[in-house]
Amino acid sequence: MAIKFDQYKTGHSDIEKSESLNCFHCGDPCPDKSIAVGDKIFCCHGCKTVYEILNSNELCEYYDIENTPGVSPKKDLVSERFAYLDDELIQEQVLEFSGTNVNKVTFHTPAMHCASCIWLLEKLHDMDRRILSSTVNFPRKEVSISYAINEMKLSGAAALISSLGYEPLINLDTVGKREQSSAEKKLYLKIGLAGFAFGNVMILSFPEYLSRVGDVDPVFKMVFGYLSLVLSLPVLLFSSRDYYSSAWAGIKSRTVNIDVPITLGIGMLFLRSAWEILSQTGAGYLDSFTGLVFFLLIGRIFQQKTYDVLSFERDYKSFFPLSVTRKINNVEAIVPVSKLLPGDRIVVRNQELIPADSVLLKTGTMIDYSFVSGESEPVSKDAGDFIYAGGRQVGPTIELEVIKEPSQSYLTKLWNNDVFNKPRFSRLNKTVNQVSHYFTLAVVGIALAASLYWLQFDTRMAIRVFTAVLIVACPCALALSSPFALGTALRIFGRKGFYVKNTEAVEALSKVNTIIMDKTGTLTKSQQETIEFSGARLSREEQQKIKSLVKHSTHPLSRKIFQALDTTATLPVTDFEELSGKGVQGIIGGDKIKIGSGSWLGMPVEEIDIEDMKTRVYLHINGQIKGSFLIASIYREGLRPMLAKLFKQFRLILLSGDTEREKATLVNLFGQEEDLHFRQTPEDKLNFVISTQKGDTHVLMVGDGLNDAGALRASEVGIAVTDDVSAFSPASDAILRGENLHLLPTFIKMSKATMSVISASFIISILYNVVGIGFAVSGMLSPLVSAILMPASSISVVAFTTFSTSMRARMMGLS
Amino acid sequence: MYVMFLLMGASLMASLIFLGAYIWSVRSGQFDDKYTPSVRILFDDKKKSKKSDTENDSGINEEEKK
Repeated sequence: MAIKFDQYKTGHSDIEKSESLNCFHCGDPCPDKSIAVGDKIFCCHGCKTVYEILNSNELCEYYDIENTPGVSPKKDLVSERFAYLDDELIQEQVLEFSGTNVNKVTFHTPAMHCASCIWLLEKLHDMDRRILSSTVNFPRKEVSISYAINEMKLSGAAALISSLGYEPLINLDTVGKREQSSAEKKLYLKIGLAGFAFGNVMILSFPEYLSRVGDVDPVFKMVFGYLSLVLSLPVLLFSSRDYYSSAWAGIKSRTVNIDVPITLGIGMLFLRSAWEILSQTGAGYLDSFTGLVFFLLIGRIFQQKTYDVLSFERDYKSFFPLSVTRKINNVEAIVPVSKLLPGDRIVVRNQELIPADSVLLKTGTMIDYSFVSGESEPVSKDAGDFIYAGGRQVGPTIELEVIKEPSQSYLTKLWNNDVFNKPRFSRLNKTVNQVSHYFTLAVVGIALAASLYWLQFDTRMAIRVFTAVLIVACPCALALSSPFALGTALRIFGRKGFYVKNTEAVEALSKVNTIIMDKTGTLTKSQQETIEFSGARLSREEQQKIKSLVKHSTHPLSRKIFQALDTTATLPVTDFEELSGKGVQGIIGGDKIKIGSGSWLGMPVEEIDIEDMKTRVYLHINGQIKGSFLIASIYREGLRPMLAKLFKQFRLILLSGDTEREKATLVNLFGQEEDLHFRQTPEDKLNFVISTQKGDTHVLMVGDGLNDAGALRASEVGIAVTDDVSAFSPASDAILRGENLHLLPTFIKMSKATMSVISASFIISILYNVVGIGFAVSGMLSPLVSAILMPASSISVVAFTTFSTSMRARMMGLS
Repeated sequence: MYVMFLLMGASLMASLIFLGAYIWSVRSGQFDDKYTPSVRILFDDKKKSKKSDTENDSGINEEEKK
C-alpha cells in the first residue's frame, strides 16, 4: 500500500517555505522576529514552547527528518482538560489493555502528517520516562502508548502529546469501536493456506501432467494423491468457507448469487478428486481446486481497498465531545457526556458543542447550527430559550440546563429511524448475480442433458460427465472480473480525492438516475462568505466609523462586516444601540450611522429585493442611504458546467436546510425552479429521499452535515463532501474532497464504463466455459486440460478487466 | 527411487516451516500496518548515553550541530 504523505498533509505544510520569515517549528509565516530562540524564529509561543521541550530532551532530530514538521499546539490549553479521562468508566472504554503495572492506550491524532511526526511520537519515552513505549500506525493516524500505571495517569499521557501539538481526538465514536481488523487477518490466513496448498499440490501433480498411463510407479501415484488430499483439506474447510456461507445466504433469500455456482464447482472438484484418489481410478483435480480458491481469494483482497484514515460509519457519536464542564454549586468539573442527566447545569465555551437538548440560562447568545440544520447564519437565542443538541456556541461562555439525556435529543433521535438498521445496498441487484442466475441454470441443464445422453451407454461415464461439467463451468473468471474491474475503479477514484467505501458503492453509482444535493457545505464552501459593498464610495474615515460601530455588536453579520473592512476600529461610539431583527446604530465623530435591514431604514418596499432581503445590509449615514453590503456564500468552482452536464442525464434536486435567500442564484445555477426545496429539516430530507425511491428511481445523495445523515443513508449512494478529509463527515458510501466536486459527472461516467468492462469480460469468460464444457460433455476433461484452462481463463480475464478499466479512466482524464 | 519419499518429506517440512512463519507473522499483527515500518527503518538510532542528565546544558550542542 503506497501512501503518499501529501494525502495526509494538513494545510499548513503546503505553504511555501522561505527560510527567513517562517516558523522554524510549523512553517507558518511569522509576523515578526520577536519570538525567537537563537537564530530560530517562531510564529507563536506555542511553537516556541514545543521547540524548547524538544531541545531540552535532545529530540531536535525531529527537524532534520522533514522541514518544519511541527504542528502549532492549541492556544487555549486547559491543563485539566483531560481530567475526565481519569474517570474509571471512561478508562474502561478508552484503555486497550490494563495490567497491574502497565496500561496501554491508543489515541487518534489527526495532526500526524509526516515522517518527523512518526519519529517524535515513537520517542516519547526519551522525553518522559514514565512512558514505556509508543508505536505509531501512520495510515490510521494512531499512536499506542504504554505507560507505568503507578507513576502516570491517562490524562497525563494525553496532555503530554497535546503539549507537542498532537492533540488526541477522543469522542464517543473512537471509544466505542475497538474491533480490530480481524476479518482482514483471517483473509490473509486463508490466502496463505490456499497458496501453500496450491503450490505443493501442483508439484505433486507434476508427474501426472507429463506422464502417459503406466509411466509412474503406482505407489508414487497413491502417495502423491493422498498427500494432495491432506493438503487440500484446510482449503476446503477453512479457506473457502466464505463462499459456502454466502451461497447459503443467497439460497435462503431465494437468489442464485455468484457464490452458488462457485460452491457447486468447488464441491464437485473436491468430491470427484477425493473419489478418484481413494478408489485409485485417477489423479483428481486438486491442483485446479486449490488454485481456484487461491485466485478467488486474491480477487477478494484486491476488491478491499481500505482507507484506514477515513471512517464511513460515523454517526452523531463521533461528532459529539466525550466530556463537558458540569457545574454543581458553583464548582466546575469535567464529566463524561454520557453521565449528563436532565437538570444538570453545564458550561459551554466559545466554539464548543452543545451536547444535549437544554435551556439557555442567564444571557442570550448566538448558536451556529450550520452542521445540524444547514442554515448558514447563526441563530440568536435568549435566556430561557430551548436549544437543540449539536449547535455550536459562538461568543462568550454560556450556561445551560440539560433537559434531555444526550442519547434522547432531537438530533440523535434521527438515528432511531429504520433506514439505519437496514443493510446497505439491499435494493441493488448486482449485475454479477443477475448473470449467475441464468448461468447456473444453464450449467445444471447442460450437465443433466449430457449425463442423460451418456446414461444410454455407460453409467460411470454419465457421472463423470456430470461432475466434469460442473467442475469446468465453475465461474472463476466470471467471479474475478467484477472485483478486479471495480477494485481498479476504486483505486482510480481514490487518486482523485473520491474515496469510495467498497465496490458495491461503485456499482450502485453506475445505476443512479436522480441526484439530490444539499446546499450549505456541499455546493458552497463551508465557513466562507464574500462581502461586497455597493453604492457610493466610502472614504477611509467612513470605513473607520463603520468598523468602530459594528465592533460593538455580536451579530454574525456585524462580525462579518467588521472582518471585511480593512482599517482600524478605534473611534469612540456614543448612543450605541442594537435592535434585534433590525440592526445597529450609534453616533461616531458626530455622524449618526445606522446599519441594518432595508425595511428598518425606510427603504421603499419595491426597492428591497425580497429574495436576498436577509443578506443585504443597508448603510445609513445622517439620514441618507449610502449603499448596502451584500453577503453571499461562496459556491465551489466549476459548479455551473457540472450542473449543466448532470442536468442532461439526471433529475437534479436541491434539498436545503437554509432559507430561500439564495434561491435566485440557485435557480440560475440549476436552470430550473420546481425541484429546489428549502427549509428542509433532517427528517424532511430523509422522507424526501424515501418518497423519491419508487420504481426505477435510484437516488444519489450528495451532502455534508449531520442534517444529511438520514438522507445519505436512505439513498442508493450517499456521498459526503468535505473540505478536510480527516474532519467529521456523516456516515456515507463515499467521501469526496470538496475541490473535486466538479468531477462528479466524470466519476459517474467512469462507474458506468467499469460496468461495461465487466459485461465484456463476462462474454470472454463464458467463451472459455463453452470450450471447457465442450471437453467435459465429450468426457475428455483430463486433469491437465483443467489445470491449464482454469488459470488461463482467470488470468486473461483479470488482465483484460484491469487493463481496459485503466484505459477508460485515462481516456476520461482520470488517471 | 524410494529415496524420493525422503526428499518429499524434507521439502514438505521446509514449506511447512515457512507456512508456520507466515501464520505467525499474520497473527502477531505484522500485516496491520504496512506503511509505518517502512518509514521507521530509515530513522538513525542515536546513542542514548546520557539519558539521565540531559535536562539543561546539552541542548546547545544539539543546536550547533544543525
